[in-house]
This record gives sequence, structure tokens and C-alpha cells, in this order.
Amino acid sequence: MSDRYDCIIVGAGPAGIAAAYKLAGAGLSVLVFERGGFPGSKNMFGGILYSTILNRLIPEFWKEAPVERHVVRRRYSFLSKDSEAAFDLKFDAFNNPPYNHSFTVLRARFDKWFAKKAEEAGAVVVTEAVVDDFITEGERVQGVKVRMEGGTVYGDVVICAEGANSLLSEKIGMKKRPDPANMVLGVKEIISLPKGVIEDRFSLEDGEGAALEFFGEALGGEIGSGFIYTNRETLSVGIGCPISVLKEKGMKPYELIESFKRHPSVKNFLRGGKIEEYSARMIPEGGYDSLPALTRDGLLLTGDCAGLVNPSLYKEGTNLAMASGVFAADTVIEAKEKGDFSKATLDGYVKRLQESFVLKDLKRYRDVPATLHSVPGFFKEYPEGIMELLQGHFTVTEESKEDVHREIKRLFRDKVSIWRLVRDIYKLRRLIT
Amino acid sequence: MTEEFLKPLEEKTLAEKLFLLRFRVDGESHLILNKEVCWECDERVCLLICPSGVYRWDEGKKEVTVSYEGCLECGACRIACPQGAIDWKNPRGGFGVAYRFG
Ligand SMILES: Cc1cc2nc3c(=O)[nH]c(=O)nc-3n(C[C@H](O)[C@H](O)[C@H](O)COP(=O)(O)OP(=O)(O)OC[C@H]3O[C@@H](n4cnc5c(N)ncnc54)[C@H](O)[C@@H]3O)c2cc1C
Ligand code: SF4
Ligand code: SF4
Repeated sequence: MSDRYDCIIVGAGPAGIAAAYKLAGAGLSVLVFERGGFPGSKNMFGGILYSTILNRLIPEFWKEAPVERHVVRRRYSFLSKDSEAAFDLKFDAFNNPPYNHSFTVLRARFDKWFAKKAEEAGAVVVTEAVVDDFITEGERVQGVKVRMEGGTVYGDVVICAEGANSLLSEKIGMKKRPDPANMVLGVKEIISLPKGVIEDRFSLEDGEGAALEFFGEALGGEIGSGFIYTNRETLSVGIGCPISVLKEKGMKPYELIESFKRHPSVKNFLRGGKIEEYSARMIPEGGYDSLPALTRDGLLLTGDCAGLVNPSLYKEGTNLAMASGVFAADTVIEAKEKGDFSKATLDGYVKRLQESFVLKDLKRYRDVPATLHSVPGFFKEYPEGIMELLQGHFTVTEESKEDVHREIKRLFRDKVSIWRLVRDIYKLRRLIT
Repeated sequence: MTEEFLKPLEEKTLAEKLFLLRFRVDGESHLILNKEVCWECDERVCLLICPSGVYRWDEGKKEVTVSYEGCLECGACRIACPQGAIDWKNPRGGFGVAYRFG
């Protein structure tokens, strides 16, 4: 390890490795510090890697990367206590390359592979290395302090890709300790089942995958969702709920995942399974209006520590992380040519983000976090009301259809104010459009 | 399909789930509570929020105990504590939890 590099990167997740891969490819000397025993050992996510950027970096990566399944089936469902209304989509076109850029992956395997690719491109990845601080001279970041012998390393510029638990970004004052309403806690289990059982149960061919999202009673009628994603021989099963909501409602995350798994419409997907792993991580879902400062002299923030997650129904984080890593790298390459690592030059990074889907989407969905918190009925009264309506409609009786319809409309109105419903639907359109 | 896979999903307690994980335990805690602040706190959100049950109330000592050995390193406690009383450091390099799947 020489003691000066063109660029130092903190964290070997999707953001950090994408940056390292790009920079090493351009011939810059790059050093990545990762606190885990291997890249990916500390990381967990729901399960779908969105891969437009990765496919640009490593064309047809799926031929060699440890991907589990490509997602052809998407299912969105609303649960009440004992019923379910679901919307199920399956597209055969997604069976063709590039597979709609959606693959289930397991991070302990994927991140390890991706980091290896960056090493092959010439980056140096040091594991078991915790960065505790940035080294600054005046305003300018000059390097990092690593918790190991001789752990003072200098670089022209530092890319911070430390993830959602953004200790360093906060310490240096790029952001404040995040608001509990903007941080979603995700708890997940890996449940193993034979490949054939998974394919039969989720109606999939070899290699095909399904992504199931559950709302409403999945989380006791609170904001958030439950999910089941199919891997090759395991399922990723979990829940995500804002920390503020867990606090207010006094819900324990480990009880919440249990009640989700026990719901009558969820449990049969899991039967016969064996629990292999239990894990937890946070997702920054504050969106556009809670972005931190993204640059300062000698420093750029990328990925989750920069809050770059799309908080709408799409729940994209990986693609945005990789895009931000690539934009940070492009900007560093430019700065290197100019020999100028001031904030003014590094702001080229912010411009790149603004001109791309990353900040355009975050801006488009900027009201989503606040809207979700302001429309609590969306997760409780509406699913229940709608389910009652449907159940009434489909229950076989000898009453005239007219009487039945009158009765169920009355029941629904008792639960839900129509004016509020109309207003809320208007507010919620941004979740999907 | 064989009968075996029609049985309900196996049940596991939180302790049993944590037992599935690999932890390399350091001699020193990476989570330090500001005891004075915690002493005054009547919300004790840390007890509720931790998905791993790291924080427990010790009725005898009248204080919150921290079993940092089972920490999943999600960071939720640091965000949830209303007083900012948790000094949360990354465990030493290579120590702490290591996921096999993730
Ligand atoms: C429950 C859950 C479900 C999700 N589902 C999806 C999904 O389905 N699809 C999707 O696209 N996104 C999803 N996401 C979001 C996605 O995981 C993130 O957006 C993405 O991982 C961000 O990448 P990153 O590189 O910024 O951070 P991370 O992946 O968190 O990587 C940060 C890395 O930095 C290391 N590190 C941190 N601090 C230090 C330090 N001081 N020194 C050295 N190393 C350090 C960490 O060990 C880690 O390896 C989900 C997230 C969660 C929690
Ligand atoms: S850590 Fe925070 S929430 Fe827990 S007892 Fe201390 S002050 Fe209260
Ligand atoms: S980081 Fe997560 S697992 Fe660890 S003590 Fe805090 S809440 Fe519990």
C-alpha cells in the first residue's frame, strides 16, 4: 500500500465499486477500504438489482455475475386481516436479454464478485479496514484515517460510499443525523426451498424470478410493506417500515416480520421452508428534499450516504448507487486532468446527477415520503374498505344484486369518506406514475 | 410435490435466528450509551427498535444493558434514540456480523 493515491473510496458496495471500476479502467490509482471481512459480508438488501448502469460497465454481466433469477413476474397485493386483493403481472419479453435489467441477487455473493471485477481492472480493495475519519486541511479533504497500523492515507480526492449508516458524512458535516421518518428499517430472512418447489409455487420457468410486494395488513395497517423475492434456491422474505412509525406504534421489528410471515395470504408461499439467515439494514427514503451536501473540496458523497434512493413504489437503490459512483468517477477523471479538486470542479458531479434519471426521478417523486405519512388510510381503512366491498360483491346470496350493492356501498362509506378518498387518490398518484 | 414442503414454515425464536449468524466478537463494545442521558430517559426506544434485542432493561440495576455481541449493525438505534445518546462506532475491521447470503 503506497501512501498516496489519485482517489480513495470508502465502502465496497455498489456505489464505491462502480466508481472504483470506472476510475481504475481510466488508469487512475484507486484504493478502496471496506470494513467487512470481504465485500458484501456486511450488506443486505431486499433483493432486486436494477442493472442498466452495470450493463454499461460490464456488458452482459449476467453471463458471469452470481445473479439468482431475472424478474419476469411482479405482484402487488393489498392485505386486510384475512383477505387479499392482488395485481399480478408477468411479461415473457423480460426473458430476453437484458432481462428488463432486474435480477434477484444475494449481496454477500454479488458484491464480492463486483469488487473482484474492480480489482481485475486495477483497483486495490483492502478489506477488514474501517475508515474512522477524513483528513482535512482547512476545508479540503486530503485523505482518510483507517483503523489499522500506519492507517493514514492521502489522496487527491475521496469518494464516500459508506451506505445508509452514514457516520463519516455526518461527522464531517455534510448532513445531520437523519430523521427517523426518513429512514426505513428493513428486516429480512433467507428461507431455503428446493429449486423445483420455488418454480412450481411461483409459476416460474428455470431462471425466471418473481417479486411480490405486500401492503396494508402486511404491516399491521401501517406505512411500509412486506416482500417475497425468489432466488435460485432461497426466498428473500422481509418487511420495511419507517423508524418513526415503529416508534409511534410501538411495533417491534422482529415481531412484525413474524406477523407478516403468518398472514393467511403469505404463509403458504413459505411452507416447507428452512430459515437460513436473519438480517437488518436501513434504507434512506427521505428523497429529494432531504438530500445532503454532495460535494466539498476533495470529497464526493455517493449512493445511500447521499440519500440516492427512489422512495416510490419502484424502490430502486442499487442502480442509483452505481450511477452516482460512475458520475463521481467521471468527475474525478475530469478534475485530475485539470489538476483541480475544488468544490467548484467537483460540482460537475451534481450536474451529472441532475441531468440523469437519478435526480430527475428523485425530484419527480419528491412528495412521496411526505404524502405517505399524510395518507395513513392508504394502508389501513382503504384496504379494509375495498376488501369488504369486494367480498360483498363476490359473496353468493339470494338477495337481489341491487340490494347487495346498496348495502356494500353503505358499509364502505361508513369506513371511508369519499371526499377524502378522492383527495387521497389524487395525492397518491405519484406513487406509481 | 412431496408432503414435506406442504408443512408450515419452521418456527424460530429470535435467539435461534441469531444463532444462525456468524459473529466475530470483539472484546470491546462498539455501542456506548451516555449513561447520564439514559438515566433520565423514559422512552427507551432502543429497547423497542432493535431487531436483534441488543438493548434490555435491567430491573435490578435500573439501567439499559447492551449485548453488542448480537448487533446486526443496521444502525437503527442510533437514528431512533431521541436524545442521540448512542455513540455508534463501526466494529473493528473484520469483526461483528458477517452475512453469508445478505
Ligand atoms: C431492506 C432493504 C431492501 C432493499 N431493496 C432494494 C431492492 O430491491 N432494489 C434496489 O435496487 N435497492 C434496494 N435497497 C437499497 C440498496 O440496497 C442500496 O441503495 C444500495 O446498497 C446502496 O449502495 P451503496 O454502495 O451506497 O451502500 P452499501 O451497499 O450500504 O455499501 C456500503 C459499504 O461501505 C462499507 N462501509 C461503511 N462504512 C465504512 C467505513 N467507515 N469504512 C470502511 N467501509 C465502510 C460497508 O461495509 C458496505 O460494504 C434495499 C435496501 C434495504 C436495506
Ligand atoms: S439509548 Fe436513547 S432511547 Fe435508549 S435509554 Fe438511552 S436515551 Fe433512551
Ligand atoms: S445497530 Fe441495529 S442491531 Fe445493532 S444494536 Fe442498533 S438497532 Fe440493534
